[in-house]
Amino acid sequence: MTKHDAAPLIEIKDLERRFDVSKSPLSRFFNRGQKQYLKAVDGVSLEIPKGETLSIVGESGCGKSTMAKLVVGLDFPTAGSISFEEHDLSKPEDFTKFRSRWQMIFQDPYASLNPRWRVRDIIAEPMREFHPGVSRVEVDDVVGDLLTKVGLSPKDAEKFPHEFSGGQRQRISIARALSSEPEFLVCDEPTSALDVSVQAQILNLMKELQERLGLTYLFISHDLAVVHHISTKIGVMYLGRICEVADADDLFRAPRHPYTRMLLETIPKMDTEVVERVPVSGEVPNPINAPSGCTFHPRCPFATDRCKQEAPALRDTGGAKVACHAVEEDRLPPADRTRKPHGKGVQNA
Amino acid sequence: MDDVLLDIRGLRVEFPTRRGTLVALDDISLALQPGEILGMVGESGAGKSLTGASVIGLLEPPGRVAAGEIRFDGQRIDDLSQEQMRQLRGKEIGAIFQDPLTSLNPMHRIGKQLVETIRTHLPVSEAEARKQAIDMLREVGIPAPEQRIDSYPHEFSGGMRQRVVIALALCTGPKLIVADEPTTALDVSTQAQIIALLRRLCKDKGMAVILITHDMGVVAEIADRVAVLYAGRLAEIGPVREVVQNPQHPYTKGLMASIPVPGRRVEWLPQIPGSMPRLSEIPHGCAFSARCEFAHDQCRAKRPPMQQNENGNLSACWLSVLEQAETGGRHD
Amino acid sequence: MTITPDSPPSRFNRFMDSDLMFSFLSSKLTVVSAIITLIFFVAAIFAPLVAPHRPFDPATIDLLDAFTPPVWAEYGDARFLLGTDDQGRDVLSTIIYGCRISLLVGFAAVGLSLLIGVGVGLLSGFYGGWLDTVFMRLADVQLTVPAILTALVIDGIADLFVPPSMRETLSIVVLILAIGLSDWPRYARVARSSTMVERNKEYVMAARVIGVGSFRIILRHILPNILGPILVMATIGLAIAITTEATLSFLGVGVPPTTPSLGTLIRIGNSFLFSGEWWITIFPSLALVLLVLAVNLLSDWLRDALNPKLR
Repeated sequence: MTKHDAAPLIEIKDLERRFDVSKSPLSRFFNRGQKQYLKAVDGVSLEIPKGETLSIVGESGCGKSTMAKLVVGLDFPTAGSISFEEHDLSKPEDFTKFRSRWQMIFQDPYASLNPRWRVRDIIAEPMREFHPGVSRVEVDDVVGDLLTKVGLSPKDAEKFPHEFSGGQRQRISIARALSSEPEFLVCDEPTSALDVSVQAQILNLMKELQERLGLTYLFISHDLAVVHHISTKIGVMYLGRICEVADADDLFRAPRHPYTRMLLETIPKMDTEVVERVPVSGEVPNPINAPSGCTFHPRCPFATDRCKQEAPALRDTGGAKVACHAVEEDRLPPADRTRKPHGKGVQNA
Repeated sequence: MDDVLLDIRGLRVEFPTRRGTLVALDDISLALQPGEILGMVGESGAGKSLTGASVIGLLEPPGRVAAGEIRFDGQRIDDLSQEQMRQLRGKEIGAIFQDPLTSLNPMHRIGKQLVETIRTHLPVSEAEARKQAIDMLREVGIPAPEQRIDSYPHEFSGGMRQRVVIALALCTGPKLIVADEPTTALDVSTQAQIIALLRRLCKDKGMAVILITHDMGVVAEIADRVAVLYAGRLAEIGPVREVVQNPQHPYTKGLMASIPVPGRRVEWLPQIPGSMPRLSEIPHGCAFSARCEFAHDQCRAKRPPMQQNENGNLSACWLSVLEQAETGGRHD
Repeated sequence: MTITPDSPPSRFNRFMDSDLMFSFLSSKLTVVSAIITLIFFVAAIFAPLVAPHRPFDPATIDLLDAFTPPVWAEYGDARFLLGTDDQGRDVLSTIIYGCRISLLVGFAAVGLSLLIGVGVGLLSGFYGGWLDTVFMRLADVQLTVPAILTALVIDGIADLFVPPSMRETLSIVVLILAIGLSDWPRYARVARSSTMVERNKEYVMAARVIGVGSFRIILRHILPNILGPILVMATIGLAIAITTEATLSFLGVGVPPTTPSLGTLIRIGNSFLFSGEWWITIFPSLALVLLVLAVNLLSDWLRDALNPKLR
């Protein structure tokens, strides 16, 4: 499946999205406040090879959803660039040319389908947009095909969204995304609103479609288990920055960045005897007043003065890319994946 | 073994609608010992939150308990008046909900809410109640509780707010806590902290907990026993190790297999075909029969009884009854 | 792909089986008000067929019939069920024709408010920014001016510019404008807030990803989804518009006595109230009260039926 030699389908360079979250000019004047910005995405560089799945994991507010919106053109970056098949997409007009080549799948199956439309019209919307004048017979044909492809029946085209369960709605959502025959799908937490048994169905369907249609995925999630299952590569995001990118298996076997390690710690274990886990410390700080230097330093057991002052760059480290001074200086203890009591640095909150 | 704190027997909850009566909970029986953590899992609509709501007497009308009984400390509580239930709910039974914001009054300082709750149920002075409140906040891991007690709920972060809610639920020293998805609204790293906190407090204080969640991982982490609900019925109940590693009911088996395990990648996740039936469309016999690969005629005709296996697992499946449990084996 | 016809039930069957229909049929008061409203509508639309007399045709009026009391009273005349007025016109017939004018003005005024209000609300809520600020300030200003004052101003302006010969024909248009223009901010506000909710829903984002134009998103995606609450408001608005019209006509700024509305009829009859000819004003008043009450009850039910929290 992998084609490492080919140029990446999507290439993201130094992407930045800054939001102005200042108070109104009047209140700034009276309170002598400064203009305030929130960097939802702060200098992210990534590439996604054709036919592969890159996942971005992180906690809420880390900027992963903003990333997804930037990539599909629902929002525009304040700096940096995105290119699709080596065509630069910096200007909104450039997006129009390639719009039919990518699609998005959303988190909430109850909000992502227009409740007043019939399933046929929902699925056919992209088709009608890109091929105006397509005949009713053709539409019925393609819609029936797509419904079968996602595991529903062609008869369902006549129904309204409220007649379906959450998992079935997500299938309709996928069918809609496929109707413009895209190559690239951005999936923003597509299974986090679903029950586990349904989640398995949707993940399997997505994998199957990827193999059959040669799709490329950008998969956004907070669930590490799901991410490991579906991805070839994983990027870990914290407060707008990427702190580690690695091959999926590699990331789980040998996590490098302390934040990645902490995230892996938090996954409840089902298959081992209960060990008294060392609880993780702290919470994600307010991104408006992000910490200086490495933004993770207040929660990091290995932080030094350098970490507090200087933001680490993403560096190649043995197959993975990591942004951490401790990794660069090689002063991290080896990753502890055997679940013995952890180093003494992490303390209870 | 005979020491039972909460005893639910044959609980049946119905929702009358114009298209007929929907049976939302059907013949649920389970017992909880003091200090025990019972996880309650199931898909949305399986009835796990309803079970919790029945115990704390907060069933939303028109839902009603149609049959069965709930006993708390030997006393029947399903037929108590609103007022009696409210007394019991504050003092003996605590509740924690998913969204910490809805459990706290945004207009009042958290100290006031804690002190009021304590003084409503315990005969203590204002100053004594405040002291207890501060101790409670310290216990749930709020730093500098002497100062934070005078903060408003919005001044806390999500995880800290859920800690305050836990303090509020625990401050009267209840014997039972009903926690409905207490960590779902939180970030993963915060979630782990709250789970650890809940477990520690329950073990320290000998409180029993009904932990309602859709997250098998959370249950595996802190529960002693787990009950699996399907379409308003109990599919399986037993010690958490047993249910997780050696499930008896085909639904539980499918459910466990469908959870992706990080670090153990498979090409295809085993999946249960179809989805849980709506309450109006529950099949005859076993509710799971339409999706079960082992279903035979009897499954479609008659509802299976709860059957105990040698490891202490109770499950409602004709296969176990007929001792054909090994059919199919492990799924991975 | 052929779709078997048996799967989806017909639109009519679905409607009859819906929760809305059920809640309608289970409330007797609502059914009664619906029937009353329907009778008013039918009578107004088919006035020439329904009314026993043609009160505005001078050829059929006989001044000798003036001030005939209702049938059941002494000196009542079987031809005039509810009696006649000072010019010998049949009161029942004038009421039926009056309803026609009242309902016409009411519907047209609500239509105008809806058009402006929903349009403004959609644009305001969808685009936000300075457009929103300008529109909403405009709505605030409009809301500070009472409907009757707006109507009087528009009536005054119309009096200045419209030649006296055309005033009678144009008076209805003036009324519609006056009432319609004063009521749009209510619709604009509701439409705006619902639009802001819908705008951020994922189905709208899905449409934007494939590049559907803003205008089509507004019309095809958002509009159908915000109509529910606005429909409820419009039914209340109809009752309000009918009363406003009656008020204006009663004050003399409304429709002229030659083609009277309910309000005009009440005004005309008012002067005979103390001289004993009570029926000339009481029956139009009762008709007005009945109509407005029925429409209000209907809209009350509709609001509850469409509100998922109260179900």
